[in-house]
Amino acid sequence: MKLRFAAAVAAAMLAAAPALADLTVPNLSYRTGPYGANGNQYADGFNDYFTLLNERDGGIGGQKVLTPECETAYNTEKGVECYESTKGSGALVYNPFSTGITYQLIPKVSADGIPMLTPGYGRTSAKDGSVFQWVFNPPANYWDGASVIVKHLLDVNNGDLKGKTIALVYHNSAFGKEPIRTLEELSKKHGFTLTQIPVDPPGQEQKSQWLQIRREKPDHVILYGWGVMNQAAIQEAANVRYPMENLIGIWWAGGEVDVEPAGAAANGYKSVTFNGVGMDYPFYDELKTHVLDTGKASGGGAHVGKAMYSRGMYAALVIAEGIKKAQELAGTAEITPAQMRDGLEALEITEARMAELGLPGFGQPIQLSCQNHGGTGMGMIQQWDASAKQWKLITDFIQPDEEVLAPLIQADAQAFAAENAIQPRCN
Amino acid sequence: MLYREAGDFKTSYRDDSQTFPLKLDRMGYWVTLAVAFGVIPFVITDYWANAVLVPFLIYAIAALGLNILVGYGGQVSLGTGGFMAVGAYATYKLSTAFPEISLLIHILLAGGITAAVGVFFGLPSLRIKGFYLAVATLAAQFFLVWLFNKVPWFYNYSASGQITAPERTFMGYVISGPATSASAKYLVCLVFAVGLAWVARNLTRGTAGRKWMAIRDMDIAAEIIGVNPLTAKMSAFAVSSFFIGVAGALLFSIYLGAAEASETFGINKSFLVLFMVIIGGLGSIFGSFAGAAFLVVLPVFLKNVLVGALGWPTDLAAHLELMIVGALIVFFLIVEPHGLAQLWRLTKEKLRLWPFPH
Repeated sequence: MKLRFAAAVAAAMLAAAPALADLTVPNLSYRTGPYGANGNQYADGFNDYFTLLNERDGGIGGQKVLTPECETAYNTEKGVECYESTKGSGALVYNPFSTGITYQLIPKVSADGIPMLTPGYGRTSAKDGSVFQWVFNPPANYWDGASVIVKHLLDVNNGDLKGKTIALVYHNSAFGKEPIRTLEELSKKHGFTLTQIPVDPPGQEQKSQWLQIRREKPDHVILYGWGVMNQAAIQEAANVRYPMENLIGIWWAGGEVDVEPAGAAANGYKSVTFNGVGMDYPFYDELKTHVLDTGKASGGGAHVGKAMYSRGMYAALVIAEGIKKAQELAGTAEITPAQMRDGLEALEITEARMAELGLPGFGQPIQLSCQNHGGTGMGMIQQWDASAKQWKLITDFIQPDEEVLAPLIQADAQAFAAENAIQPRCN
Repeated sequence: MLYREAGDFKTSYRDDSQTFPLKLDRMGYWVTLAVAFGVIPFVITDYWANAVLVPFLIYAIAALGLNILVGYGGQVSLGTGGFMAVGAYATYKLSTAFPEISLLIHILLAGGITAAVGVFFGLPSLRIKGFYLAVATLAAQFFLVWLFNKVPWFYNYSASGQITAPERTFMGYVISGPATSASAKYLVCLVFAVGLAWVARNLTRGTAGRKWMAIRDMDIAAEIIGVNPLTAKMSAFAVSSFFIGVAGALLFSIYLGAAEASETFGINKSFLVLFMVIIGGLGSIFGSFAGAAFLVVLPVFLKNVLVGALGWPTDLAAHLELMIVGALIVFFLIVEPHGLAQLWRLTKEKLRLWPFPH
């Protein structure tokens, strides 16, 4: 019996190995578990963008793009299994869509020579390309997000945060802990008091945290949450009658699924975003013709235009532009992961290019280099309109405070380089 | 006809009480070891190591440890995840503080530290048992994970609160860190798994194991015949935690390479290992391996069949996987409440009689 079982396992695994052809961009998604509602939309956006390229243009440079999916359930062990099971299939680039999995994979992709793109998440100091050769995090990272939020709060408070208190409600994981360092520096610079309030994942239960907020009445609350934690936080904020416009989330706490459960009470909730909102872009007409109407949309096209969908689509767009650049540089359409890395490092997405893609103003211009793997890191602030059930952009792109961020990133990257005996490149 | 005691003469007490009384079993055991040590390291791929064999061996060690406590000692524990975290963080602190000492020694030391922590949290078992003890160990689970999240000293003040395994070598071969080869990972885990299984087998059939089982079966009677409940229970907690600590250390340093207390060592891990023990069979060494194989290999197998071979959507496959594994657990527990080990035992009994069952 054991032998037969082993034989069956072996057979199934052999059958699971995909053919070595085309451009493979594994989609490490999660559609189940406490983060599934958000992960679902993101994965659909990611798939649909490549489906559009395959359907309309026949892929990139004549090569179809495959996006084999692997369910990670936002769990690092499953993420590692997904990485191992897909890397043999000629994967060009990874977008693990989880900060925890990113931390696991940074050493692995560096050893295996496969680039990794972590737009808006992952390890912030990966922006320093001289240390993190294989990791990219444009257009923005967590520290950019924190800085943009604080700049917006400065604007709201007429440029002065002295004596104010800001509470950070965060997912007690690598993701949620990321902004603490930046916010501590910013609190010194701007003179506000920072209170840290951790929420243990997955975070359905936040009664005590919000009672603390009701008692201490911080002037602003910054929310670094994900998945079911966001819904619970916004609902609890409404329950303790915390003024919604003073609650501001990172981009991962800025989706429709996060605010809709609280209904009208969520009106006025703000979050930062690094991409445009809504479907008011010519791109969606193309998507409708080639993907939605032909029935090829991932997940049946239920989430098109939603905030998380847009972010997934944007991640795919950055990868697709990277592939295009890599093909140009390599002079061949069938690129290797190493050539893909060169392509990402030379990536340039101008405003004109975004307009050409049918998404004018959807994202900021991105220009990467050997030193800079993270772009400029600008963000906009969006606000939820509960009656229209829409996000509205209330600011233009805000530049983060590089004066504070750059030394922090350099220090963290240097520490990583020292720990792992990496010689900085780019000299 | 092959599977017979007949002709296999035992001429000493030593022979009579050996682990595998049948010749075929003995041969099977040696062949398995020979394949595991002599063949698999040369053919293993990254995928087989990281998705199947390494987690199987590590969870087998954890299940062995928990089986000593629950199956042999009769003490319920829901703190496995927390104790694995102790092993992982102890290895991390030791290997970053004393980089010149071999990682393998650190892993064993981490097991020792976990044993001390386990004994401390096992103290309530002298006063309470059953569900009450389960709650006390549950407290250990939550306390330990909270501690490793709260006190930055444990994760060397890293910004993300993650611990990352540094690169370490053993006799010139890299055994931890990203550059580790599949066979090195596998061999390290295999040596620990086989060594600890050997220790467990010999402990459980010796004085220590008999004391544990006496306490398990009836603690008052055991006390009357001269078993000291303090030493018996504490030694069960110590040995069990040692195994679990080593499993946690291997999980972090050899398998994952980076870990986060609340995510990697949460309450789910405690339940997973407890399920392995229950499905595999309480009070059985083979059962610990069988349970670990069942819960590690089956999900991977199902995923590859449903997504890889049949091409179903990943979310549907993930949900089905949970349902199938859950249904199989219920099925096994109804059909064979004593676990896979009992099934195996029955099979062997029948084979001995076959083809003349009467």
